Amino acid sequence: MATTAPLFKPVTLPDLKGRVDPDWCPGCGDFGVLAALQKALVELQIQPHNVVTISGIGCSSNLPGYIETYGIHSLHGRALAVATGVKLANHELKVVITGGDGDGFGIGGNHFIHTMRRNVDLLYLAMDNQIYGLTTGQTSPTSRVGMKTKSAPYGNVEPPVNPIALALAAGATFVARGFSGEQHHLTGLIVEGLQHKGFAFIDVFSPCVTYNHDNTYPWFKQRVRKLEDDPSYNPSDWNMAMARSQLWGDEIPIGKFFQSTDRPSLEECEPVLAEGGPLAHRDPRIPPEIAKEFIAELM
Amino acid sequence: MKHTFAVSIGGAAGQGVATPGNIFARIFARRGLHLNAYNAYQSIIRGGHTFLTIRAGVERVSSFGDRIDLLIPLNQDTADRHLGLLGPGAAMVYNGDLIRPAAPPEGVRLCPLPVAELSNKSRNKVEQNTLAVAAGLSMLGVGFQALADVLSQQFRKKGEAVVSENIAMARAAYDYATSHFEPFARPLPMTDRRYAVLTGNMALAMGGAAAGVKFYCAYPMSPSTGVLHWMAAHARKAGIMVRQVEDEIGVVNMAIGAAHAGVRAMCATSGGGFALMTEGLGMSAMIETPVVVIDVQRAGPSTGVPTKTEQGDLWQMLGAGHGDYPRIIATPTDILDCFKIIPEIHNLADRFQCPGIVLTDLLLSEGHMSVDPADLDFNVEIDRGELITSNGNHNGAREYKRYLITESGVSPRAIPGVPGYTHTAATDEHAEDGVLISDEFTDTARRRAMMEKRQRKIAGIEASVQPPELMGPPGADVTLIGWGSTKGVIEEAREILAGEGISANQLQIRWMVPLHGGRILEILGNSRRTIIVENNYSGQFARYLRSETSFVPDGYIRKYDGEPFMPHHIVEAVKEQLAGRTRLSVPAHEIRV
Repeated sequence: MATTAPLFKPVTLPDLKGRVDPDWCPGCGDFGVLAALQKALVELQIQPHNVVTISGIGCSSNLPGYIETYGIHSLHGRALAVATGVKLANHELKVVITGGDGDGFGIGGNHFIHTMRRNVDLLYLAMDNQIYGLTTGQTSPTSRVGMKTKSAPYGNVEPPVNPIALALAAGATFVARGFSGEQHHLTGLIVEGLQHKGFAFIDVFSPCVTYNHDNTYPWFKQRVRKLEDDPSYNPSDWNMAMARSQLWGDEIPIGKFFQSTDRPSLEECEPVLAEGGPLAHRDPRIPPEIAKEFIAELM
Repeated sequence: MKHTFAVSIGGAAGQGVATPGNIFARIFARRGLHLNAYNAYQSIIRGGHTFLTIRAGVERVSSFGDRIDLLIPLNQDTADRHLGLLGPGAAMVYNGDLIRPAAPPEGVRLCPLPVAELSNKSRNKVEQNTLAVAAGLSMLGVGFQALADVLSQQFRKKGEAVVSENIAMARAAYDYATSHFEPFARPLPMTDRRYAVLTGNMALAMGGAAAGVKFYCAYPMSPSTGVLHWMAAHARKAGIMVRQVEDEIGVVNMAIGAAHAGVRAMCATSGGGFALMTEGLGMSAMIETPVVVIDVQRAGPSTGVPTKTEQGDLWQMLGAGHGDYPRIIATPTDILDCFKIIPEIHNLADRFQCPGIVLTDLLLSEGHMSVDPADLDFNVEIDRGELITSNGNHNGAREYKRYLITESGVSPRAIPGVPGYTHTAATDEHAEDGVLISDEFTDTARRRAMMEKRQRKIAGIEASVQPPELMGPPGADVTLIGWGSTKGVIEEAREILAGEGISANQLQIRWMVPLHGGRILEILGNSRRTIIVENNYSGQFARYLRSETSFVPDGYIRKYDGEPFMPHHIVEAVKEQLAGRTRLSVPAHEIRV
């Protein structure tokens, strides 16, 4: 930090416990995601004041209130835009975005695509429960065809979005899928995502125990297969990742689909950030000789 | 009346109206003349009708005026549209090979140039523009060297051959005009002052740079895009992060994110883009992270008339976002004020941790004005307010109250990265420490306390902003009330009225919120007759003033045809209202643009 830099004590799980306990329904998948994120931060020993946890609106978007870091509980669908602003203003911060499938792939879909395209150095954890929970159970962009919800009482007729394929197509440089019921595996993915330089997207199956009676813990448990267990799988192969992203049925892959380390992140591409440290720490004033130049152009 | 000279150049888009316009502007400014320019154009890249008016004078030129002295039509259509509106003493210089003018009004001179002959019959069409400029300058008594200098500069990149060819052609036209056309009655004056010429968009952007803006983002939208262009072109030198974002929703949220992390952030758009930003403004107010948003008005509603001006977004600004929250709305009164008001509103937004809106319009944003370069002062006050950027004496986490209830309503703001101040800023209603109370339906006391805390800032903002002042003679026959960009044209209308024996003073609103209604009532209580002048259909300011003060004026002058007021519109409207013929005047725009 800019001024007094004390030696910080090691980060422990209690340090990351939020000021209030989560008000998620008992058994909600989001508990597992929160715990995995906290464990990953401890594993990497990232100080809480250097982390900004940013969310949109929805059950899972309440997460920033349950973890003791800097946080912004922003608007529905807008977390990635807010996060991009935070990261560009202070690129020394670790910025984590959390939110649900409706928030990220529905109302926030435009920002999702463009943030991936830009390869901003962010970690995006989408807690995907295939339903709108906080509004009490409507169809989401990842709800399956035929699923009956309050907004589709006769069954959903719209095919769902495939977040993994979408992320690959949009140019995300780290694309993974986790499952809240696979805590250890998910923590490992988050650790990798936090270390990835560029946009890291992790779609996490996070079952809604109240409103989604289709995609339940047992439903996922029977189906998920770890990509890491397949020796033939190569996560640096984009085409292989795209092919594997299409698997959905009796077997659903989880794990790291894709990672590319040869693309620079947006901050690395931006000459304004090349030297001088974070913008937030710089002198706001334009040097007088530069100001003179700007005026001379008008004469 | 002050002596001014106005030249208008018209043609189809793509015919090169801008180049001769720039040449005139540069020569006027280099002669130490003030200028004011306005370009009427349409939302097409090629074709249509573009009509640029540049008006110069020794004293400050506050509008593009009523009168054209020199008309340069680049096509038949322009000659047809505008020749009939010229007055005695005016001249039209044109390509005699191409344009067949109708009979001119009395006292108007036709000055055809034999373009093919003068340009050796071999050149492209753009040359007619240079020839007409040269002829016009000859008639104005401007020495040829001034044009030669500008042409050398303009064509420098194209090589010596192109420079000398252009200068030779210009010389031929200049000499032709000297020997064939009578000079204007009054030669163009000259002073030893030197002015900078800029658009409102450039002024807004430079104001941002002066204010210490380190993050600017936008989605292109006319007529605000010039701010993005200046910012993008100067980003590296100024150390400003400039981003083009996928939509205006992303724009405002990204700007707020950057501001939250500790920089000054700004964005600009027009009405349609602003509509997309409104939810974000509420977030800025709720999480108490300052952001400055510029709305450059164009004629609405919806896509409206994208390249035309209006003051039709006032109520959008007043009502933007749901719920009650403190906001600041500034309406700069001229192009220089676009520069000056930006650091002021950033200081207020930072001090009071709320959104600041700058409401301007196409007339200023795309108009050109000369300013004394000393007035473009980058060494302005930068007041970031109560910002915590280091851990100071703080004892540790979980004690910091980001939304501490204070008398001023302002709570010290820690930026992410500072040890010991971790907290979450939430758009849900929250307690002093940031924890959500939105789901605790019984917590009415804390909800009320937080609402009152935020709203208490309004008193502080009002105390920090100058109330409006009456300009012109006290006890005048009529008080003209305007806001924002109409300052210059109302000033000029007052001068004309004074020349006709009608005294007028002026109340021009620069800060829309806070309005200082009490002071306005005091001023208007002494007025003999009051007329509100504004560039919209429904009298948006009149309705706002009435809602805040119960004040009802004697009359209204409104215009909503896409073009700005010209001085004579206001003069004639005032006269018809003083004569008791109407209380609502809607002047017709006679110029066909």
